[in-house]
Amino acid sequence: MEFWVTQTFNGISYGALLFLLAGGLSLIFGMMRIVNMTHGSYYLLGGYVGLSTIWRGGNFPLAILAGALAIALIGIAEWNAFLKRLGGQELGQVLTTMGFALIFQDLALIIWGGDPYTIPVPAMLSGAYHVGEIYFPVYRVFIIAVAAFVALLLWLLLEQTRVGAMMRATVDDPEMARGVGINVHGISMIVFALGALLAAVAGVVAGGFVGVYPGADFEILPYAFVVVIVGGMGSLKGALIGSLLVGLLDNFGKALFPELSYFTLFAPMAAILALRPTGLYGRA
Amino acid sequence: MKVALLSVMRAVVPVMFVFLLLVAPPFLSSFLLTLVTQALIYAIVAMSLDIILGYTGLASLGHAAYFGLGAYSVGILATRYGAGFGITLPTGVFLALVVAAIFGLVALRATGVYFLMITLALGMVVWGLAHRWVTMTQGDNGISAIPRPDLGLPWSLARSIPFYYFALAGFLIAFWILRTIVRSPFGQTLVGIRESESRMRTLGYNVWLHKYIGFVIAGGFAGFAGVLWAYYNGFVSPVDLQLATSVEVLLMVALGGRATLIGPALGAAIIVFLKNLVSVYTHRWLLILGAVYILTIVYAPEGILGGIKWRPKKVKPKTLGVKDLTEGEIGG
Repeated sequence: MEFWVTQTFNGISYGALLFLLAGGLSLIFGMMRIVNMTHGSYYLLGGYVGLSTIWRGGNFPLAILAGALAIALIGIAEWNAFLKRLGGQELGQVLTTMGFALIFQDLALIIWGGDPYTIPVPAMLSGAYHVGEIYFPVYRVFIIAVAAFVALLLWLLLEQTRVGAMMRATVDDPEMARGVGINVHGISMIVFALGALLAAVAGVVAGGFVGVYPGADFEILPYAFVVVIVGGMGSLKGALIGSLLVGLLDNFGKALFPELSYFTLFAPMAAILALRPTGLYGRA
Repeated sequence: MKVALLSVMRAVVPVMFVFLLLVAPPFLSSFLLTLVTQALIYAIVAMSLDIILGYTGLASLGHAAYFGLGAYSVGILATRYGAGFGITLPTGVFLALVVAAIFGLVALRATGVYFLMITLALGMVVWGLAHRWVTMTQGDNGISAIPRPDLGLPWSLARSIPFYYFALAGFLIAFWILRTIVRSPFGQTLVGIRESESRMRTLGYNVWLHKYIGFVIAGGFAGFAGVLWAYYNGFVSPVDLQLATSVEVLLMVALGGRATLIGPALGAAIIVFLKNLVSVYTHRWLLILGAVYILTIVYAPEGILGGIKWRPKKVKPKTLGVKDLTEGEIGG
């Protein structure tokens, strides 16, 4: 019983982290059909910028803010300089963003070195809640709260604001959206920056949890992709459900079948895609 | 005149190239010889990917999986059971074919971005097994000390020159078969599907089956290259089938020129040489490789050979547009 509760809780908190990472990626996919291999780098660089902020005397909220803004700017620059010209060219997108991912990986190594670091978290977020025999680390509860908050904000943005309506219109039919006077390029840039920003937030939050280390970018990237494809590109609900599913499968896979853990994660994903090639909530 | 010159070149250049490859070893340092050997093996993977990426128009993000299956077949069979080339080669290729046949069923339900993503997830399944199934694959440590095959020839393949000829033979066989495939009616049908799937379907072709067979063939040849790679390197690890390797093969094809077969082989050679030579001079080779990715797409989106017209210029189907009408009026 204790095992199941703990593992479910761990799975949900990891899923919450994945939602931060993949929510924005899903919008980027859905809106621009851009395959962004740099998304994992945003996560890694966000974590590193947060770390440097704390090293220079900043506090934890400031670290999140600094990481998010710095990476959003990098995302905007990358999008403006290269990606916006590559609409509809999947191969070009994959190779260009992969090039950036390699460059960022090496730059991070030059700037921050090869040692793993953990971002120190505020005292109020350390420790654990006790419920009977079971411990719930406060930091994991915090991650779930952040993800829930971000999900709510994204939902409000998409469903309740004018910009959100433009975004949904662009996801549904970019040509038609352009036809009725929506600035599709501007909207796309906002979404791309938003996705990069959320990935960076995930990176800083993860820094207090799994740490920041070289290689984290390519380690997390496939997870983000899998969440998006299982949930369905461009669907917020899909990203949420996909994140939880991947978080739980990953956690139980690692706990129950350590030798086959990636297999138990990716094989069910492939099976879902075999039945629904556009994901659970995706539209063709 | 120009067409005649081109056709002479098309006949002469490949012969010269094969001749150069045959006589090269004595003129090369042992370092350069191993690089050419590596390039020949990666050229097979790149050419196999060209079948689905270049000729069929499907970008796969999981092609390293089949390469890895071939390599791990050798690693496991040769080190654990002392199996010879006569067993490892068919097993490696067969395993890659079978897995490609299963994955193809799933992946070919989608196209475009979705195809990319599904092949990525499928590639990760195989990578995950290599990474975590430690009792079978030794995980991240990889399988080392794979002996070179003994073919019963008077020359030991443990030495670099005989192994070079071994890899060259593998490359030439693969190239010859793949070239035969792409020039066959089957290969032409793949091109037709790339250009217009709906038109080919209307003409009565079984589009899905053609794509599927192309996908499986590509997987089989990648497995074949994996077998050679494991023997060349003496070592296999999850790095051989990780996502970055799959993307690197995509780069080789894009850099050399899609749907040219020899272009991807050239792209493979360029990337292998670049990676190894640059890393001699600097630790910052990832920066340079990253720049190559971006520059390829910015400056040579059609690849090196893609820019050259080998065949007489294709006649574009003419549609009567506004421009034609006005031009006609002015002309008349």
